[in-house]
Amino acid sequence: MGRFRYSYNFITGKWMLVTLAVILCLPVIIGISLGIRSADLLHDNGLIDLLFSSAWAPSKGEFGFLPFILSSLYVTIIAFVLAAPVCLLAAMYITQFSKPRMMKIMYPVADVMAGIPSVIYGMWGIIVIIPFVRDVLAPLFNVHTTGYSILSGGIVLAVMCIPYMLNMLIESFKTVPQGLRESALALGATHWQMVKHVVVRKSFPGILSAFGLGITKAFGETLAVMMVVGNVVQFSLNPFDPAYPLPALIANNFGEMMSIPMYDSALMFAALILLVVILIINLFFRYFIYRSKKIR
Amino acid sequence: MYNNENVILNQCPNTGKDSLNAISIRDLNVFADKTQILKSLNIDIPKHKITVILGPSGCGKTTLLKSMNRLTDLYKALEVSGQICIHGEDILLSHKDMSALRQKTGLLSQKPYPLPVSLYKNITYGPKLKGIKNKKILDKIVTRQLKEVGLWEEVKDRLNASPDCLSIGQQQRLCLARGLAVKPSIILADEPTSALDPTSSQIIEKQFMKIKKTYTIVLVTHVVRQAMRLADYVVFMHNGEIIETGGVEIFKNPKTDQMKEYLINGN
Amino acid sequence: MRHIKYTEQAFFKFLTGFACYSVIGILCLIISIIFIKGVGSLSWEMISQAPKGGYYYGGDGGVLNAILGSLYVAGGAVLIAIVLGAPAALFINSFLFRYKRLQNIIRYFLDALWGIPSIVYGAFGFTIMLYFGMNASLLAGIITVACLITPIMIRSFDEVLSTIPTGLHEAALSLGSTRTELAFKVIFKQGLPGFVTAILLAFGRGIGDAASVLFTAGYTDQLPSGLHEPAATLPLAIFFQLSSPIPEVRGRAYSAAAILTCIILAITLISRLLVNKYSKNNLK
Repeated sequence: MGRFRYSYNFITGKWMLVTLAVILCLPVIIGISLGIRSADLLHDNGLIDLLFSSAWAPSKGEFGFLPFILSSLYVTIIAFVLAAPVCLLAAMYITQFSKPRMMKIMYPVADVMAGIPSVIYGMWGIIVIIPFVRDVLAPLFNVHTTGYSILSGGIVLAVMCIPYMLNMLIESFKTVPQGLRESALALGATHWQMVKHVVVRKSFPGILSAFGLGITKAFGETLAVMMVVGNVVQFSLNPFDPAYPLPALIANNFGEMMSIPMYDSALMFAALILLVVILIINLFFRYFIYRSKKIR
Repeated sequence: MYNNENVILNQCPNTGKDSLNAISIRDLNVFADKTQILKSLNIDIPKHKITVILGPSGCGKTTLLKSMNRLTDLYKALEVSGQICIHGEDILLSHKDMSALRQKTGLLSQKPYPLPVSLYKNITYGPKLKGIKNKKILDKIVTRQLKEVGLWEEVKDRLNASPDCLSIGQQQRLCLARGLAVKPSIILADEPTSALDPTSSQIIEKQFMKIKKTYTIVLVTHVVRQAMRLADYVVFMHNGEIIETGGVEIFKNPKTDQMKEYLINGN
Repeated sequence: MRHIKYTEQAFFKFLTGFACYSVIGILCLIISIIFIKGVGSLSWEMISQAPKGGYYYGGDGGVLNAILGSLYVAGGAVLIAIVLGAPAALFINSFLFRYKRLQNIIRYFLDALWGIPSIVYGAFGFTIMLYFGMNASLLAGIITVACLITPIMIRSFDEVLSTIPTGLHEAALSLGSTRTELAFKVIFKQGLPGFVTAILLAFGRGIGDAASVLFTAGYTDQLPSGLHEPAATLPLAIFFQLSSPIPEVRGRAYSAAAILTCIILAITLISRLLVNKYSKNNLK
């Protein structure tokens, strides 16, 4: 009995440790394996050239990632600007103004929205958002567009990152103690002043991490954006123009990857950029959350 | 939500400037869903005295206190009816200016809840909401209020620091100063010393004795000793009903069995 | 003048309510459009047959290959995720329950893992495939999706486990159980509903993800026959059929989307029900 129990404990204990170690090493393993694959490209072209050149002609061996990086950033920023205020306000309503029943409705809503696969968001974008941008928004600004544009991508992305941000915002607003809210009211604040001055400030770190999560989710989203953003290698500031974000580049050219020299290396490098940028965004927001917790 | 018809029929009892009472409560009923938390209470709270609401946990003391500045509005399930008169005005009537109404009373909660801003801004929050913007006046208010609660010497060098750097007792005094800064006439204190160590509790109690000349204090507590130390007027509650009221003499001669039992167990 | 603050309050109350209801509205819009579009070509044939000759020109057949492929990929990935994820989550909450700082660092890592987009996992799976000289296959798809969903699984399992009061840990240890027994007998039992929810959630993500299987699982019109054969998946089936110029094929994409949405809806709602039921019985 004793011996069996000992070895059972030993094995399962070690197994738990090993699994955790493997999981925690996964980002490093991913980074290294993508790095090895893209080493050829880096060796030939140099990091600065790859990141800041906008010449893209794989068959001639020219790989400038700048238009892709800028497209990704632009689409992400549009999505964030559209989604963040909606999430913030909706989370305020759910936790501060509405009846408790609303919370019970909102959780499944956010769950379902987070669960719907990206290909379905993409399909919805093609059916609804593309015609909307082409026939409603574009005439408003007097532009002509096919609808496959940065703006469409941004709108679809905004909808996709709502559930993640909303969920986190609700959680962080909920943790504001009732007594704190009461004392603000007792000092003569109106309900809205209380929300504005106390609830928002108290849950500021939570708001930051929700926004960080939303941005990373938007930055890495592939299929849905690819289906509506037009996929033209260019960068323009006009949101009605098409663009070509990084994830779409990887997913779209997978078929011909092996037929052009260095192309596979370039696509793996694109994946590496995505990984690094997302880890950096994560770190950046962590730092801010840490700072804001310290100040208060 | 509020049962207004009754109130219009009854005149508001005199709680104006010349009256001896600061708050008059008539026929106050509070329901949460279908359970009745407060059962037709009638209390007159005397001016410039410490009124102690004593009773075991869960007897509705806190609900009574919170209905005195309409914080019951926050809980959608609560239904309040009856009449609570402060300054000759029934506060349970649907009010246009809730914040002015709440500024007539200052609240001290069980735990200190400093606002997530600097010490200075904690005190000026209330006056600023009232519309005072002049920096000199605000400075004066901060100095005066911190001195009033005996916190000035301890924090005068770090007014821009976060309240997190204060001890919990200091935080509670900060909350008292913050409440006094809006110049209320009534202080509502909900077991304000229950989270504090004995020394800090003693300081708070001393403050109460000091400021009762100018403020009416309503103190909720379940500690008999504290009630005996502070009370000028005692309201003993049990299960949402008022069992006994009276001056300090009721600690010596309780009339009801419930109160007798509570005093024996409490001591 | 003094009532400006109440006007402001009313305005923002309206605005916040509007934002909240518009989120609900968007979800309703998405779901209703998928079903309105999808119901037209939905038939028994769709879910009972693989594509036949001429399917991509409007011929007979269905998407059974993709449905089965998706179930296999997600199912296999969930099995791997259980083996890797459940012990890791238990370890965090049993061996490390005293080391709050370490726990937080680990959780930060898990969050970072959770934020890595699926296309990166797809590319990673592809490099692994090249390294081992594999072709696009069911196995490669399963491994890639497993990498993707294990962090999700750990995270949601851990969320439930971390609510278990530490008193329980101490009680179990003081009764003489070892830490592994604490993990697998006490903590696991307490967190069982959370475990089921985590599995469902991970399964839902696995079945819906397209970018990770794009490189690794391949695509075929045959029913999946072995671990080393390529397998079709439902999201990719939708994606490919949607780009077809022929209306019938696009119609099938819509109905395949409706099928996928039904699966996701069922999984999400069941797991939410479980959470609600669990949180009622849970000691807080």
